Amino acid sequence: MTADVESPVHTVSTPEEEALGAGRSERLSALAQQHGALVTLVVAVIAASLSFDTFLTGDNLENMALSSAFLAVVALGMTFVIVTGGIDLSVGSLFALGGVLAAWGSRYGTVVALLLPLAVCGLIGLVNGLLIARSRLAPFIVTLASMLGARGILLSLTDEGSTTYLVDKDSFFATLGQSTVLGIGAPVWITVALFVLGAVVLRRTRFGQYVYAVGGNEDAAALMGAPVARTKISVYTLSGLCAGFAGALNAAWLVSGVTILGTGMELDAISAVVIGGTLLTGGFGFLSGSLVGVLLLKVIQNVINQIGSLDSAYQQVVSGAFLAVVVIAQTWLGRRRRVL
Amino acid sequence: MTDLTLGRATADRDRLLRLLQEYGVYLGVVVLLLLNTVFTPHFLSAENFRTQAVQVAPVLIVALGMALAIGSEGVDLSVGSVMALSTSLLSLYLGYGAWIAVLAAVAGGIVVGVANGALIAFVGVQPIVATLALMVAGRGLALVLLPQLKDVRNPGMAELGSGDVLGVPYLVLIAVALALLVGFVVRRTTFGRQLLALGDSRPAARLAGLPVRRVLIVVYVCSGVLAAIAGVLATARLTASDPTSLGTLMELSAITAVVVGGTPLSGGRVRIGGTVAGAVLIQLLTTTLIKHDLPPSWTQIAQAVVIVLAVYAARERGKR
Repeated sequence: MTADVESPVHTVSTPEEEALGAGRSERLSALAQQHGALVTLVVAVIAASLSFDTFLTGDNLENMALSSAFLAVVALGMTFVIVTGGIDLSVGSLFALGGVLAAWGSRYGTVVALLLPLAVCGLIGLVNGLLIARSRLAPFIVTLASMLGARGILLSLTDEGSTTYLVDKDSFFATLGQSTVLGIGAPVWITVALFVLGAVVLRRTRFGQYVYAVGGNEDAAALMGAPVARTKISVYTLSGLCAGFAGALNAAWLVSGVTILGTGMELDAISAVVIGGTLLTGGFGFLSGSLVGVLLLKVIQNVINQIGSLDSAYQQVVSGAFLAVVVIAQTWLGRRRRVL
Repeated sequence: MTDLTLGRATADRDRLLRLLQEYGVYLGVVVLLLLNTVFTPHFLSAENFRTQAVQVAPVLIVALGMALAIGSEGVDLSVGSVMALSTSLLSLYLGYGAWIAVLAAVAGGIVVGVANGALIAFVGVQPIVATLALMVAGRGLALVLLPQLKDVRNPGMAELGSGDVLGVPYLVLIAVALALLVGFVVRRTTFGRQLLALGDSRPAARLAGLPVRRVLIVVYVCSGVLAAIAGVLATARLTASDPTSLGTLMELSAITAVVVGGTPLSGGRVRIGGTVAGAVLIQLLTTTLIKHDLPPSWTQIAQAVVIVLAVYAARERGKR
C-alpha cells in the first residue's frame, strides 16, 4: 500500500562502489533472506531436541508433520498471491468451508467429497480475483469481505454451526486422510507432491514468470505484454483452491467437518510465507521458504506446548513478535539489496 | 448539438453518481430507518433506540481511530486485540480503583499504537503487516494476562456501563463526544491537515517538510487509544472481561464503517460524519435482519456484500 520513497534516492550507485565489496554484502543479505528461516529452523530443532526428550520421538514428529501439512497447502496458495503483491485473508474461512463441504459431500462418494470443496472455494477465489483484477479493488478489503461471506455460507450450511457432518470411517475418502505410506501420513505425501508441483509452476513455467513480473512492477509487466489481470485472477483462484483442498484433506483426517476450524489461519499462513523470505511488496519469494516457515511455526508451537507451564496464549505472543522481527529484518535486508 | 446534449447527460450522470457516493450512506440509513418503521414491530421506541445506540458505540469509537489510520493511507488491524488487551489490563488493575484501571487500559493502547507507528514510520513496514503482527501478539498478550473470562464487579464501572444522563447512556455520550473531537482534530488542527497531506502523497508531504514520522506515530497512537477506550466501555457494558472473544472481527466492522462512510482506502481524505453514519448503517442492517428472524449467517453474508458494494462505489472517488 505504501511505497518507501527513500530508496529511489539511493539507487544511484557508481560502478566503483559496486565493485568494492558491495557485491559481497549484497550476496550476504540475499543469503540471509533466502536461508535465514532455514537456519533458524535447524537451530530451533536442535535446541528443542536437546531440551525435551519427547521432541525427537516418532509420534511427536508425525503429529507435527501432519498438522503442518494442512497449513502448508494453504501457505502454498498464499505464496503465489503474495508474490503478485496481493494478500488473501479469506483462506481461513475457505479452509473451514472446504472441510464442511467435503464432509457433507462424502456421503455421495470420494469424487464429490473432493470436487465440491474445490469447486466452491475455487469459485470464491475466482470472485476475489475478478473484483481485485477487473474492478481494481484493494485485495485486503475484498478478501476480508469474502472471509466474512464464506464463514456466513458455512454457518448457513450447518444450521448456524450446530450440525457437524461426519465422514464414514470406512470410505475411501477417510482412508485418504488416515492411511500411512512408509509410516508417513498420506496428507504429508500429498502436501510434498503439491509443493514440488507448485515450485515447478512458479519457477519453470510462463505463468510463474508472469506471477513474478506482476508482483515486481505491474505497469512494466503490462507494457511487456504479460496478462496482468488474468495472472491475478489465477493466483486468487489458486489460493481458494488450495484452501478448499486443505480443508477437505483435514476433514478426511478428522473424519468430520468441524465448523470452528480455520479462524486465524490466514494469519498463520501469511506469517509462514513472510518468515520464509517472500516479500510482502511482491516480486520476490519462493515456495521452499514458505514450507520452512510453516515448519518453524509448528516447531515453536510444539515447544510451547511441551513447556507445560506456559499456556498456548504465549504462542501467539511469540508468533506475533517473531513476525515483527522477520519483517523488520526483511525491510533492512531489502533496503540494502535495493541500494545496488 | 448532439455532442452537447450527450456531454451534459454524462455530466449529470457523473454528478448524480458523485452525490450518491458522497451521501449514499446517509440515504442508506434513512431508507433502513423508514423500512424498519413500517415493517418492524416495536421499532419506534426509546428503549430500542437506546439499545441500538449502546451497541453501536464501541464499534463507532474504534472506527474513528480506523478512519485516521485509513486517511493516512494505512490501516490498523490490531484494534480488536487492543480491545482485548484493554479489558485484560482493566480487570487486572481494578483492585487499585476504577480510574487507575482505565488509565492502565489506555496505556496499553498507547504502547500498541507506538509499536505500530514505529514499525510503520521508522522501519518502513507496510501498515497491514505491522498491525497484523501486533494483532496476533496483542491477543496473545491479553490472554497471557487474563487467561479466561472474569466478572468485573465495580460500582464505577457498572455505572459507566448502564448509567445515563437524561435517558442518554454514558456510552453514547462518550462516543458522540469522541466523534466530535476527532472531527474537530481532522478539520481544524495542524495535525489534521498534516495527516491528510501525508495520506494524499507521502513523498510530497515529506518534501514539503512535514513531520511525516511523528504524524504517523500519533495516528496509530490515536487509533490504539480509541480502541482501548472502546474496550473499556464494552467491558463496562458486559460487566465482564473476556479477552478471548472481545473485539474479534472488530477490525472488520470498523473498516466497513469507515469505507461505507465514504473514506477512500487510498488515503488523503477522512469523513467523520460518514464514518458515524457507516457504523449506524451496519448496526441497523444487522438489527433489521435479526429482528426479522434471519439467522446470523445471513447477517455475515449481507455485511460482506455491503462492504464490497461500498468499496466498489468508492472506487472512482479516490482518483479525484
